[in-house]
Amino acid sequence: MTLSLRPDPRSAADAGTEPASRFPLQPFEHLDTLWLEVGGSLCNLSCTHCFVSSGPGDLRHPLMSRALVRQRVAEALELGVREFYFTGGEPFMNPELIDMLADTIVFAPCTVLTNGVLLTSERVAALAGLSESSRHSLEIRVSLDGPDSASHDAFRGPGSFARAIDGMVRLARAGLLPIATATLNTGEDSLVVRERYDSMLREAGIPRPRIKLLPMFRLGREAARTGGYSAEDTLRDLPAEGFDPTRLQCRSCRAVTALGVHVCPLLVDEPLGRMGDRLIDAAAPYPLRHGACFTCYVTGMTCANG
Amino acid sequence: MADRVRLAAFGGVYANHLALEATLEDARAFGAERVSCLGDVGGFGPHPDLAAARLRSSGVQVLRGNYDDSIGSGRDDCDCGYTDPRDRRFAQISYDYTRARTSDEHRAWLRGLPEQDRFEAAGRRVLLCHGSPRRTNEFLWESTCPDAFLEWMCEAHAADVLLCTHTGLHWHRALPSDRHVINVGSIGRPANDGRASVWYAGIEIGPEVRVEFRPVAYDHESLARQIESEGLPREFAATIRSGWWTTCLENLPSRERRAGLH
Repeated sequence: MTLSLRPDPRSAADAGTEPASRFPLQPFEHLDTLWLEVGGSLCNLSCTHCFVSSGPGDLRHPLMSRALVRQRVAEALELGVREFYFTGGEPFMNPELIDMLADTIVFAPCTVLTNGVLLTSERVAALAGLSESSRHSLEIRVSLDGPDSASHDAFRGPGSFARAIDGMVRLARAGLLPIATATLNTGEDSLVVRERYDSMLREAGIPRPRIKLLPMFRLGREAARTGGYSAEDTLRDLPAEGFDPTRLQCRSCRAVTALGVHVCPLLVDEPLGRMGDRLIDAAAPYPLRHGACFTCYVTGMTCANG
Repeated sequence: MADRVRLAAFGGVYANHLALEATLEDARAFGAERVSCLGDVGGFGPHPDLAAARLRSSGVQVLRGNYDDSIGSGRDDCDCGYTDPRDRRFAQISYDYTRARTSDEHRAWLRGLPEQDRFEAAGRRVLLCHGSPRRTNEFLWESTCPDAFLEWMCEAHAADVLLCTHTGLHWHRALPSDRHVINVGSIGRPANDGRASVWYAGIEIGPEVRVEFRPVAYDHESLARQIESEGLPREFAATIRSGWWTTCLENLPSRERRAGLH
């Protein structure tokens, strides 16, 4: 399968020009987590920091079909997968999302990562029905980039904060306990940032806020905005004795798009991040050559809920 | 090999020496031939040396949990696996308190505890661990452990009956292959169910596997007062009195979180 991806500005460390042997080799333990990029690169917003540069009309990564998602879920269950994440782009841009969730949550817990602006009453009612009828957890994660409209809308466009909060309130009223996923800038006190979001969400009418803080990844449109990773932001030549493979989520996750299987959800636009056509092809070690690998390693972060 | 074994298994003592005493008594009433503690002797509760001393004198088999590993080795934090900053703050308060009040003798004992145990009963391979067989601090929640994953884990670790703890919430799954996964729960704090009692697992392994989760009432008011007089967070005492978790909530999946109050 040939990939035709729009090039993004990258640092030398991300260009993949250096031999893989210069980078730590991340072992693959087991497929705990499968990311399903059901929305492809299609999104209703054009956020200035989007690490996969998604936007309206963008079909570099096409929408995944319900049949393809079923096939990937079946492959993953064969491997003993623990949980599925539905993402994009914006997953609610895929008209089959609710059906895909219904197909999948019978077998395993599901999480949806959304910008929150398409959470209509009808969709929220359907999600609540799925959640109540399954023994597995259904998590809805809504991305926020600030605890107020000024900071959030600066990244995501006018009105997006109010619509995302409206969506979260609908979810909370339906008993779904949404998780606010917020980006954390370097140097910020995580406890202070957390309390800021907590107060805002309570005042908005969400009585039991759940908050997950993530670092900013200098990929995609965010790389164009801030200059991306520098040559120093790399795990190149990290001594083997100093390498701790448990710090990285790619020891136990893979991501699938309509175009194939990728090492992780952050690197679906990297040609070297694509590992094959089938999940079993991707159950292999991976050289940590990208700037994003550096961020994951240094922060010890995971895109997953826990 | 025994044809039938009655086993009492509990985890997460969290220095709750009063609940420990009551649990040991109830395990006798259950008729347990084996009693196993799946780790985390200290943390959260007051006077950690009391529970450690009682466990050592009881003859109960004790596994090394992540907390025991950290305290025993003198690490800077409990390695509980929390990612939320508020949870981490409460965990650190509890850890610093416990580390300062655990004697050198008990630390050496904790350090030397085994991480896992195995035995066979009625032709079934029984594996006991703290979090999961592959990671001491892995959370095995009921709503995030699909059958496919548990079948893989049992197969990968050669277990027909898998016992774990670490989450503080008890559950049992009989898998399609007739393997069993049992999270035995915690006796250190209530199960986020609005009851002050704590829970452990009474298990009979024979031709069938029977699991009975047993609530244990104890003098929780006395424990709550000890938590307060030791200067530990009021939130901890509130949990002991009310049965609802007030801290370390962010790792809970939505289904388990919804069942609680906070």
